[in-house]
This record gives sequence, structure tokens and C-alpha cells, in this order.
Amino acid sequence: MEPILKVSDLRTYFRADAGLARAVDGVSFEVHPGETLGIVGESGSGKSVTSLSVMRLIPEPPGEIQPGSKILFRDNEGEKDLARVTEEEMRHIRGNDIAMIFQEPMTSLNPVFKVGDQIVESLRLHQGLSKKDAREKAIDMLRLVGIPIPEQRVDEYPHQLSGGMRQRVMIAIALACDPKVLIADEPTTALDVTIQAQILELLNRLQEELGMAIILITHDLGVVAETCDRVIVMYAGQVFEEGSVEDVFRDPQNPYTEGLLRSIPRLGSHSERLAVIPGVVPSATEWPTGCRFHARCPYGWEKTAQEEPPLFEIGPGRKSKCWLVEHPERREEIRRETGGFTPEGALTGTGASTPAAGAPDEGVDVQARDREV
Amino acid sequence: MSIIEGQASRRVAQGDRALPDVDPLSGADIPLPPPKGDSDLRGSTPDDVEPPADALLVVRDLKKYFPIHKGFFSRHVGDVKAVDGLSFFLRKGETVGLVGESGCGKTTAGRTILRMEEATSGEVLFDGKKVFTMDRHDLRRLRRRAQYVFQDPFSSLNPRLTVGDALREVLTVHRLARGDAAQRRIGELLEIVGLSAEHGVRYPHEFSGGQRQRIGIARALAVEPDLIICDEPVSALDVSVQAQVINLLQDLQDEFHLTYLFIAHDLSVVEHISDRVAVMYLGRIVEIADRDDIYRNPLMPYTQALLSAVPVARPGHKRERIVLRGDVPSPANPPSGCPFHPRCHHPLKDADCAKIVPPLADKGGGHFAACIKVPLGSAD
Repeated sequence: MEPILKVSDLRTYFRADAGLARAVDGVSFEVHPGETLGIVGESGSGKSVTSLSVMRLIPEPPGEIQPGSKILFRDNEGEKDLARVTEEEMRHIRGNDIAMIFQEPMTSLNPVFKVGDQIVESLRLHQGLSKKDAREKAIDMLRLVGIPIPEQRVDEYPHQLSGGMRQRVMIAIALACDPKVLIADEPTTALDVTIQAQILELLNRLQEELGMAIILITHDLGVVAETCDRVIVMYAGQVFEEGSVEDVFRDPQNPYTEGLLRSIPRLGSHSERLAVIPGVVPSATEWPTGCRFHARCPYGWEKTAQEEPPLFEIGPGRKSKCWLVEHPERREEIRRETGGFTPEGALTGTGASTPAAGAPDEGVDVQARDREV
Repeated sequence: MSIIEGQASRRVAQGDRALPDVDPLSGADIPLPPPKGDSDLRGSTPDDVEPPADALLVVRDLKKYFPIHKGFFSRHVGDVKAVDGLSFFLRKGETVGLVGESGCGKTTAGRTILRMEEATSGEVLFDGKKVFTMDRHDLRRLRRRAQYVFQDPFSSLNPRLTVGDALREVLTVHRLARGDAAQRRIGELLEIVGLSAEHGVRYPHEFSGGQRQRIGIARALAVEPDLIICDEPVSALDVSVQAQVINLLQDLQDEFHLTYLFIAHDLSVVEHISDRVAVMYLGRIVEIADRDDIYRNPLMPYTQALLSAVPVARPGHKRERIVLRGDVPSPANPPSGCPFHPRCHHPLKDADCAKIVPPLADKGGGHFAACIKVPLGSAD
């Protein structure tokens, strides 16, 4: 099937006091109709900037989508490059074709308008419905997202709703115009775990009913595992691994993915110690040379410190940005010698640049902790 | 003699509950178990059992209400019952996890225990001494033995003090070291938590989140405490840095024989680090037991729902998920009877649940759960 959204070589840079921040630096991915694509990464990995770029919500200046970036969106009329369209066209696409929900629903809802009016606004603007029809549709939408007594809730203000209810309202607004792609940026991070389960279940159900594609952006590997079909793992503004959720979680090929999966405590797994990724996430103004993960990687060698690996295609729909693809023997060797990612961090003297103005990297110190009492 | 010392814990004395059909309190025979489906109010509560002799911290029926005032004369119209009758203990050297969703009172509990907020009622014993009646002198001694690590290390560090000065302040206030000795100790503390002595001249903003949390831990360790209350110590950190701090906390516990009260909402982290776990809901502990008992055999329906809601990074791992309906009720106006009953999915839920406040009862082997539909013996 043709992808509905095709992002290629997306570069979004920001001018900052500290220099040019290359927040998103050459990201490519595809989204197919009806699928859920997870974009997973830590803070500073560029996952949110990627989604804001697709929506063209990057404040310019200081931000800029670099020339050469392509965001191809396919609809009935053909293909449009969202990186090129005018603001006027984009306004038509937002909400109608691609909608977005954010982490903190309170800040995206207008506190002085009733929630119903905020859905009505979107319906009248994008679909030209009459006031009466729009209100009815708004009530239908609130019912669809599982809000009890929607006839009454439609006239309430955001502060009268709980966090979970607000996120439902946001989803109702986003879906009111029947978009083809829904971008959900950390939609459950601010919510409690039982409410998170409700919202994720709701998104799954709505996708089955309405058939839209979902891009789910999150730092929570558990959320990805339970809701997504495919996943891309981002680190330092780049895609490090891509594949089906099954493949990536069962057999991570990129050391960063491997480290992430091994360092999180998982319910029901009784490990005495967690494996550690040493060091900290580098800063976007000074990405390390070579592979951007090399200083935190137990498998790194000279080549990885000097040359940036390409995003190798290693199978159907499966990619990894790592020189180990060409040198698989090295992985086995290091695992035999040091165990790869271990609780103590297998390496010393890593030089990952830190946001802490040259503060020594944490990884070095993880083991320099011995002390005579 | 302190209350704890000299008395063997009833729980310990009970041993492995060789006589399950004898009331542990009176020793009298208890009536036949009620037919299935009926409410079961039996089982001793944490208030009935003596804490073990090696308990470092004992909390008894702790309550913290925040008054609600309304109107021109600020009439007292009600209370937010943030913490509503908490009883538990911490043995020396163990880690007890306190989990619950936002607003369940877990943070207030931690703050009240160390008297950062005055409790409404109840009692806290630290090493046998009553915390709530301590004078200033005793309180200062308490602060040398019990410390706190906060969620957000940045807002808990003074931005205008270098890290060294912040640590020196602790050493000075508690008259632990001065001059060169203090300088040496500061370097030593920074090294214990995986930083280097040279970091002492830097300001908090020069550090990353994980490093700041290490500084927060160093500050807590400066007084060589016995107990550290950790309030969401890793939830503000990046995923790849969380493991570093969790491992550090475990190493320090082994090295300095620390006791932790680990307050968090992340059930996976709590499972990883805790020996025992207490689950809170609307200001109360609704289940408390050994870690494995809670996670493998949760008895209270809320705990079951909470555990089933945690997304697990294991694709294809299909579980029966209990999706709770509705939101957490307001602690200013909690439901009658069992606070969880409006959201409860228990098949035997009935009118009793809305009437009877379920006691946190020992359902067998020291597995306490506050549910009248879970019969005595369910945990055996």
C-alpha cells in the first residue's frame, strides 16, 4: 500500500545562543494508512520536533525546516510536500487531514471557552457546518470518546474536567474533522497509569472504527510495545532503528535500542541489577562526531568515533544505524569479553559531550564510586 | 525501654500461621468462614500487630487533613483527607515502596512522617522515639538520622550556592565537620555518588538531571543517615539515566545499611527496588505485603487493576487488562464505605462495599488487603 505520509531527510534546526541546534537531523520514515507508528526516544532525541515539523508548527525563527527536507502527504488529489505548501494551505490540512494531540491537554484547551464550543469552532472552520449541526456533531464526538453525559459536558469549561477527561476532549477535537493521520505526542505522559490505560484503549478503538493512521510519540517503551505496529527509535536527532515492534523489541539490532530495553525495570522480571547506559544524552548544539551514540556504546571502536554510520537496511522494513551491521563479529566479541551493557557500564573514559559545560560524563563515574568507609 | 524493644513482633511470633483458624488476637476459635460472596471482616490489622524488634520507623494511624475554608468568614466546611489513617513499619535495612496514583497522598505521607508538615493525628516512632512530640533539639538529631531526596533535584538545590557550599551548609548546620575536614568530606561525598571532588565548585545549573539527583543524594548522605525517604527520585530523569540512579541507590543501601521509604508512581521501578510494597488509594493503604506477594498475587481489586494497567515492553505479551472506569474521586469528598467501590470490578461487589469501610486485614501470612470480598486465607 502507498504510504499516506512520507518524510524524507527532514532537518529542522534552531538558532540558539549556544549555537545552531540540529534538533532533527536527517529523519526519514513512512506512515501507512491505518497503522500505528511509534516514535520512541528520550528527551532531546528530536521526536517532538519531528512531529511539530510535520504539522508545520515550528516557530520560525528561531526554527527552520532546512531546504531539501520533504514531508510528502498523499490525499485524493495527489501528493503535497508539506515542507513547501503555503501557510494558507497548511491551515486547511491541519485538523482536516492531519490532527495532533499533545501531552498536556490543559495547555492546549482554551480555559475561557466551553469545551463544546472548542469542538464546534473546529467543525465550523474546517467543515462549514451550521451552528446547530456542529453542536450536535460535537456531542456525538464527546460520546464517541467515552465522556459520560455528553449533553451536559458540552457546556462545561476545561477546568471542570479531570485530566483524563480533558485528554478525551482533545481527542474529540482532533478527530472531529475525520483526519487521515493523528499525531499523538506523549498523549498519556501526564496521566495516571489507570487513566493512561483508558486513553490508549480509546485510541485503539477509534483507530479500528475510523481507520486513521496514528503516529504515537513517547518515551515509554511499554506504551509502544502495547499499542504500535511499527516503531522508529530516535536518538540525537536521527533514526537509529526501525522495524516492526515484534522484531525491534525481541531482537534489537542497534546498541542504543538494546541499552534502552535492558536498562528499564520491567514488571515481573526479577533482575537484581539493571544494565546501565553510561553517560548522558548529548546536546543538540554539539552532537558528537562519528556515530552520535559512540561514547555511550560498549561496542564502539575507532571507526564509530570517526565515521557516521548510514541507516543500513537489514531486512524488509528493518533498519539500523550502526557499523555493527557490517561488523557483526564485534558484537559477539564484546559480549564475550565484557557482557555489553552491564550494570556497571563496561567502559571507561567515555567522552560524550554533556549539556553540563564539559562536566565529566556520568558514565565514567558510575564505577569510580568505590570508597573506603 | 522503648515500645518496640524487648517485644517480639506478634507477626513474627505467629510464625508461619500454623493455626490459621484461630483468631490471632484473642486466640479463640473463630466462627466458620462465611459463605462465598459474603463480606469478610476478619484478620488482624497493622494496628493490631506489634512491629518487629528491628523496626526503624513505625507509623500508626497517621492522618493529615487539609482544612477547606469557604465564604467571607472562612468557615471551615470540610477537610481534604490527604492521608487518612496510615499504619506501617520499616525494618532496618529494608526498602518499602509506597505506590499510588497522583493525589493518593503518598507524598504528603512522606512529608508528614519527617515532620515537614504537622500531622493531624497519629503517631510516628523513629527508633522507638515519638517524632511528633520531639523538641527542637531532638528534631535536629532526627534530621541527622532521617533524610529526604526529592523528585526535582533542581528546585531542591539553591541555584546560588555551589554544590560544595550546599554540602558544607549541611555539615555546618549539623556540626559534623569544619574547614579542611569539611572540604575533604565534600570531595568524599561527591565521589560516593559517582561525581568527582572537582564538581564542588560548580553551580547546580551546570549539571544534567541525573547528576543533580546524584547531588541531592550526596546531600542526604552528608549526615550519615539511617533512613532516606526518596520521593519519586527517578521519575524526572531520562530513561537511559534512571538505571544509573536506581543502581546507585541500591549500592549505597548495601554500603551504608540504609533504610528506604521509596515513594513512586512507577510500579516497575518500585517492584525492582522494594522488599515490601504498600499501595495507597485516597489517603489509605489498601494493600501491603512482601514485594512478590503484591506483584504475583495482588488481592485488592485496585492493586489488580493498577498492575494490569502498566504497559510492559514485551510485545505479544497478552494480559487480561482491567480497565477502570471513571476517575479517582476527590479526597475532599471520598465515597462512603470502601473508597474504591465506585470503580471496583470485583464480581462480588455489593451493597456492603458502599457501607463498610474495609479494614486493612491480614489475609494470611502478613499479606494485608483492604477488601471485604477477599476472604481470610486468600494469601496462603
